[in-house]
Amino acid sequence: MKQTARIISTYSADVMGVSSALFELGGMTVMHDASGCNSTYTTHDEPRWYDMDSMVYISGLSEMEAIMGDDEKLIGDICDAAEQLSPKFIAIAGTPIPTMTGFDFEAVAEVIESRTGIPTFGFPTSGMNTYIHGAFMALEGIAGRFVTEPEALDPDSPYKVNILGLTPLDFSVVGQDASIAKWLEENGLSVVSKWAMGSSLEEISRAAEADVNLVVSAAGLGAARILYRKYGIPAVIGVPVGSVQSDHIWRALTRAAREYRQFRMTDDTEGPRGITRVKIHPNELDPAKENELVAVIGEGITSLSLANAIRFEKGLRTRVLCATECPDGILRKWDRMTPDEDDIIPELADATAVIADPLYKPICPAGAKFIPLPSEAFSGRIFRKDIPDLVADPDAILDQL
Amino acid sequence: MLKRINDKTEHAVIPGVRIADAGFPAPFRSGLEYSSPARGTWNIVHTGMLIPESHEIYVCAAGCLRGVVLTAAEMGTMDRFSTVAIREHNLLDGDMEDLVIEGVSDIIGKLPKRPPAVLVYTSCVHHFTGTDLDLIYARLRERFPDIDFTDCYMNPIMRKSGLTPDQLMRSRLYMLLHERPLSESAVAVIGNDLPTLQDSDLIRLLRAAGLKIHEITSCRNYEEYQQMAESSVYISYNPDAAPGGDMLAERLGGTHQYLQLSFDEDEIDAGFDRLAEVLSEKTTARAEDVIAALAVIRSEGRNEAADALRETLELIGDTPVVIDYTFCPRPLSLARLLLDNGFKVTKVYADSIPGADRPDFEYLQDHYPDLMLHPTVHAAMRFAATENTCAAEEKGQADGCRVLAIGQKAAYFENTNHFVNVVEGGGMIGYKAITGTLQLMREAYLNEKPMRDLVQIKGLGCEVCVR
Repeated sequence: MKQTARIISTYSADVMGVSSALFELGGMTVMHDASGCNSTYTTHDEPRWYDMDSMVYISGLSEMEAIMGDDEKLIGDICDAAEQLSPKFIAIAGTPIPTMTGFDFEAVAEVIESRTGIPTFGFPTSGMNTYIHGAFMALEGIAGRFVTEPEALDPDSPYKVNILGLTPLDFSVVGQDASIAKWLEENGLSVVSKWAMGSSLEEISRAAEADVNLVVSAAGLGAARILYRKYGIPAVIGVPVGSVQSDHIWRALTRAAREYRQFRMTDDTEGPRGITRVKIHPNELDPAKENELVAVIGEGITSLSLANAIRFEKGLRTRVLCATECPDGILRKWDRMTPDEDDIIPELADATAVIADPLYKPICPAGAKFIPLPSEAFSGRIFRKDIPDLVADPDAILDQL
Repeated sequence: MLKRINDKTEHAVIPGVRIADAGFPAPFRSGLEYSSPARGTWNIVHTGMLIPESHEIYVCAAGCLRGVVLTAAEMGTMDRFSTVAIREHNLLDGDMEDLVIEGVSDIIGKLPKRPPAVLVYTSCVHHFTGTDLDLIYARLRERFPDIDFTDCYMNPIMRKSGLTPDQLMRSRLYMLLHERPLSESAVAVIGNDLPTLQDSDLIRLLRAAGLKIHEITSCRNYEEYQQMAESSVYISYNPDAAPGGDMLAERLGGTHQYLQLSFDEDEIDAGFDRLAEVLSEKTTARAEDVIAALAVIRSEGRNEAADALRETLELIGDTPVVIDYTFCPRPLSLARLLLDNGFKVTKVYADSIPGADRPDFEYLQDHYPDLMLHPTVHAAMRFAATENTCAAEEKGQADGCRVLAIGQKAAYFENTNHFVNVVEGGGMIGYKAITGTLQLMREAYLNEKPMRDLVQIKGLGCEVCVR
């Protein structure tokens, strides 16, 4: 039955995705919730909680406030805290009860901003979508609000790039974010900003200086869309896992950056090329081992990137089972959107190997080889020490196939 | 220490109030709430798992499921835990009853082994949509007559209305007990997450009275759990267990006796005197045996407590002591005991004052007006650990036991490895609560513990549920 899970875990929710995406930017995120969301987030979704003093709170919504529609309590509490703690921005994210009561996020954000003078967002999350939905929204909001016009272009400078869609929920805190940046720099690209691990709000506000965006998870697609619409900056989608795929990504990045820079320098009336998708080899073209099928379960873009690496490096067929939101046009026609346990089980029937978080193992067929790839977004902190840096060391997974 | 994101140069102001100036029962205004990394207290998943062989099914939104499912995963009980996710369309479709009934049925049908009991947890959404819970449980009981169902709740929005979620959950632990003839030679200690210590005054007294003792933490299977129903007296000593004890007495016919946890000798004695009367009246225990046993326990307890107070004070001297409410339900009673005996208690971390602590609160206001109360969830407490560490370093107090914390939150906020790592009283009751706490204080003073690692473990002691 849809919506039931006999034994597997649950992905981090949209409200946590907002908090995770904004965590390092110096703002104050308020989950409009009774209780529980904050301790869940800080225990299972946020590995940086103990070490960074980011301000993430809950509103402590009560039954009577919800019934009476007492938004003034929330507004007053946020304004009081903001006055004391001086955040760079304020974000309010919703949970099931505000969703049910029709809480007007936009209006409340406007009131708070007018009272405090601090930029304020209202993100209408419901707690019923995955973290990707919330992180997408949050990074899109940051792109629309804080990115400033670029300075004059230096045509001799190396191509510049933003990394969009970095959160510990997909990349943990094992150095993958730094490895992606290092790979870009080693290949002659200059990193302007990393959304949103390892960059300040000031660095992120300079994102329009970039010639191209690298979108490493679906969480970054909203920001990519804004940066394209406002500045024409194109994007390449994918994580540089494995040398062959990384080479594809590098070529796509440099080609897009070259075209964008030309557009900026010549005022090309045709406009930039827009979001560019990494070329993907269809499964049916080079089935080196026809009877073997590797199923990869997880977030869309990171799973697709791993699947590509397996395809390129090992020649095996792959199928991505995407359990989080992923816009159309990212996955291949044989990949599947599988939000529920009962969606996943039949898709694994013909798999010879399954790469997934260890908490998926109980539903994987006994005959398939199970290769654990822990995800903070699914199992939280439990297997953190076993999460590999696939950018620096793709063989951590590939060698097991 | 926390890395500062906002590059603030000024120090944050840590909220706090002298106890003399504090209001009762809420010394601090409510506002946005912060969540510290200290996680040792139990939640509703841990507590529900105390029923042996039971299966928990949560019907909630994904954001609410996340915390409970990973609680089960971390405690190694995913095979006893399932979920039904509420999606946005369910709010509009008006099919909440169907979703619960069919979802629970679907899960039960997939389980490799039929559980004797299923705990179905509904949530705030069901409350607000007016979901017909009676209909749901009637249908489930019709479909699965071999399974005991009970209604459990994850509805924190109701935490300020009626029974708190914690009180409700502790009451649910005993709703599955089937009525059976009462045995006057059996009693049950109820409502605790952690087992009562075998050398505590309570267990010593019950043993001396020749009574059979049931406690959910020692039940190895569902049948042993059901045997608790034979008890003629139910004894609780966690304040949040008291409403459940009353419900149990009303339903099964035994007598509920609430024994106040306290660090005051007279209050301990009064509580045990009342218990002795009930045991003499309602059980096979002979009054003279109970009184004699109690006299011995009391005499030994008083002597041992006096010795322990002396020994501990000699050891830790004027080292500042800080206490938080997660250590036990009576933090101010403990503070009073320590202050009256010469210890330098400087702070108590508590967001509100328990009703039972009111006399201690007023006593402390009069006798120790400078004792500081600090909240734990106030937004500015985000910066307390950093600020306290900075302040200690500025005073050159970074080495050794600069402060001794009793409780995980106090340890976190003070950033100290010298702390008593206990939640919910740790199964200590009677004079054992005094001597046990003092012993743990001495150990904490002498030995550092990896506070960062320890306090982040959810449900301290929850391995008792895995059997």
